[in-house]
Amino acid sequence: MIQIQGVSHAIGGTPILHDITTTLPKGRLTALIGPNGAGKSTLLRLVGRLEPLQQGRITVAGHDVATTPTDRLARVMAILGQQTAIASRLRLAELVAFGRWPHHKGRPGPQDQAQVWLALKAFALTDLADRFLDEVSGGQAQRAHIAMAWAQDTDWMLLDEPLNNLDMSHARSLMARLRGLVDQGGRSVAIVVHEINYAAAWADHVIALKGGRVVAQGTAAEVLTEARLSELYETPIRVGTHQGRPLVLHHA
Amino acid sequence: MLGAMALLLAGLSAVWMLQGIGGGNRGFILGLRGTKLAALVTVATAIGVATILFQTVASNRVLTPSIMGFDALYVLLQTGLVVVLGGAGLAGLPPGPKFLSEIAVMTVLASLLFGTLLLRGARDVPRMILTGVILGVLFRSLSGFLGRILDPNEFAVVQSVSFASFNRVDATLLPWAAAITAAAVLAAWRLSARLDVLALGRDPAVSLGLAHRGMVLGVLGLVAVLVSVSTALVGPVPFFGLIVAGLAHGLMRSARHAALLPAAALSAAILLVGGQWLFERQLGQAATLSVVVEFAGGLFFLYLLLKGRIR
Amino acid sequence: MRPLPALTSALIALMLASLTVGAADIRVTDAFRDPQALLVLLESRLPRTLSVVLTGAALSVAGVLIQALVRNRFVGPDTSGTAEGAALGLLAITILWPASPLWLRMIAASLSAMVTTALFLAVIRRLPVREVMLVPIAGLVLSGVLGSVVTFVGWQTDLMQYVGTWLMSGEFSGVISGRYELLWIAGVAAGLAWFSADRFAILGLGDQVATGLGLSTAAVMRLGLAVVSVVTAMVVTTVGMIPFVGLVVPNLVARIMGDNLRASLPVVALAGAVLVLACDLAGRLVIHPYEVPAGTILGVLGAVLFLWLLHRRPPRSKPAHG
Repeated sequence: MIQIQGVSHAIGGTPILHDITTTLPKGRLTALIGPNGAGKSTLLRLVGRLEPLQQGRITVAGHDVATTPTDRLARVMAILGQQTAIASRLRLAELVAFGRWPHHKGRPGPQDQAQVWLALKAFALTDLADRFLDEVSGGQAQRAHIAMAWAQDTDWMLLDEPLNNLDMSHARSLMARLRGLVDQGGRSVAIVVHEINYAAAWADHVIALKGGRVVAQGTAAEVLTEARLSELYETPIRVGTHQGRPLVLHHA
Repeated sequence: MLGAMALLLAGLSAVWMLQGIGGGNRGFILGLRGTKLAALVTVATAIGVATILFQTVASNRVLTPSIMGFDALYVLLQTGLVVVLGGAGLAGLPPGPKFLSEIAVMTVLASLLFGTLLLRGARDVPRMILTGVILGVLFRSLSGFLGRILDPNEFAVVQSVSFASFNRVDATLLPWAAAITAAAVLAAWRLSARLDVLALGRDPAVSLGLAHRGMVLGVLGLVAVLVSVSTALVGPVPFFGLIVAGLAHGLMRSARHAALLPAAALSAAILLVGGQWLFERQLGQAATLSVVVEFAGGLFFLYLLLKGRIR
Repeated sequence: MRPLPALTSALIALMLASLTVGAADIRVTDAFRDPQALLVLLESRLPRTLSVVLTGAALSVAGVLIQALVRNRFVGPDTSGTAEGAALGLLAITILWPASPLWLRMIAASLSAMVTTALFLAVIRRLPVREVMLVPIAGLVLSGVLGSVVTFVGWQTDLMQYVGTWLMSGEFSGVISGRYELLWIAGVAAGLAWFSADRFAILGLGDQVATGLGLSTAAVMRLGLAVVSVVTAMVVTTVGMIPFVGLVVPNLVARIMGDNLRASLPVVALAGAVLVLACDLAGRLVIHPYEVPAGTILGVLGAVLFLWLLHRRPPRSKPAHG
């Protein structure tokens, strides 16, 4: 379980988050949704200690992110921020291999290599393993980054807009893999998504943010209602159902 | 690859030491050449390793510590200490301890200053670079200003700040410089696995459990030590490191620091020993190697800039 | 207070002060009785004061022009390869024709400065458009590369002492009557720019706007290039390069008055004159009777001002979205 208590945050004097208190349940796939500038990414980055906590308290599976040593946290959660360019010329396999670094600290063993291979296979990167990061497409690089987080093999996995740059087939297969991690692996996953139907189709738990505040949380069916979404995005939205799950339509 | 480079360096060193040797004062000539060789190799190692380290911390492949004003800070520090403490204080110390204390102050100052700059400027890389470049100009102007006030008739300060020379090396500093360089390089070598992670950039490094801030400050401290050594020995060489780091990356085709660090040190040493041999013995122009190196390095920088490799 | 009268009074006050300060101990008020004092005044103090004023004004105007040409606020004639180009031209003609007349040397310096500045313009045209900060970096490095060529050639031909006076930070202590008059050319060139002020203002808005308004950008570019090069060449040959003036003064004035160049160019010229004269005076006073070159002081002051300009508004940290 990830517990967030009384978290407020400001960047350059501009308040981004206001007194957020919420919980991300263990063993579930949680989606953070909301309009642009709602503070979703900031909240996820605070949980993943990519930004220092200014106010409030966050614990991940009982570890306080402000006080737990960062290398200990790296074996509890993996976080993938929005993609940044890497200065060094790395092959895809080398990048993914870094996912094992928190476990071996520079001395990889055979089980580490096996794990890397599995991650490459899981994201259909085996053919590209020897290509350089700056020689592959944006979507392929994105998959390599996700594979690195995957190889980290932690109880918690936090992904900030992992669907960026992915085509429909890779997006679908990523969501299916994350679902599998939760259902078969007993892991917990949190993602920030813009395309709301990915949350509708795959998420167990949804947290909706707006203007730096939590405006709704609960199961997908509870949060993704016409009234809530229309208010959240300030635009008329219809919600139907498809195979028992909500289906969000903007062409109302 | 590394083995071949080491062999090449050994060969060059042998030519350097033994060429045209003979006659009476063989021992004297060997001693003179040996000192110079040791100085060149020390400077080369310091510049090569410092540049690789700095590029890793800055997540940027077109920067060198000197472009960002490290060497200017060291020169300013030297002048400033003389002003503040006067001839009787620090300046009166024997060269070794004086050098050590300068390096100690430099390490603290540089980690704080450039640590702040890098950690805060990560979102706007070009602005950060420009700030560093202008800081360098500021430090150089301040040294010139202080130098003028210290001794209005003395232009030597300004002169020595502005021109590098591989030809005039302070022999009294050499043993200290070599020992300090060796210690810093060893420390960098021990960190090489962590440096690999640092090179991924801040977010992935933090996610993988690297204590990012401490690592950045520590590596900048090492860079400060190495730049102090090379600046004290030969003066400012902003672009040489760029060529060397580019060579190391190109030759190794790997991002592993365990390979990059020795490759950078070796290619720097080969360039310097070979270049000095060519210019001093063959062309009879000992003084101009640094100018040529800087010219080539500057062009290489512009090339990288135009290729859009600045980020 | 309005900028124009304020700066004018400041300049007059500084000029009077400049006439009274120097190594020789004379009283300005004695000038009419004491021929010695009159001589010092006319042969040394007055030329020096005028040369400082002309340099500051002309370099600042040149700064406005180069900033309009490259559409970037963070460049100046000292960071565009212009000064090094002028030095290169001077070196070339000194070597090729040591006895060449002065006017020919000036033409060589100006032409060569034009070529290197055009080279800078060509280089930055190939940079990614949105990378504002890369332009000054490219300029600084290009200046460094050209400077190393100058140094190299100077070394080879034993002309280092000239190169030193051209490219080291400039100073006015050597100025006497008969050795500064070239700066009037720089002043006239800068004055000419005022007649085309509107064109430069439009040029600064970008090619599309300029073409839309029916401006022949190529002609205006050539005019700007010529003025910047002539000004810089004259300054470099007479007193040596003065750093940062052409960079910070246009920025400071634009902050207050905006970019209506017809109104702001005279203010830019005055402000540049005031700044350089104040630095020159400070340099004369700080270790009197010795001097710190005005260029050295401006290196410090200008760098601080530049850093402030770079960071005055903290870069708006984009809130991570979502």
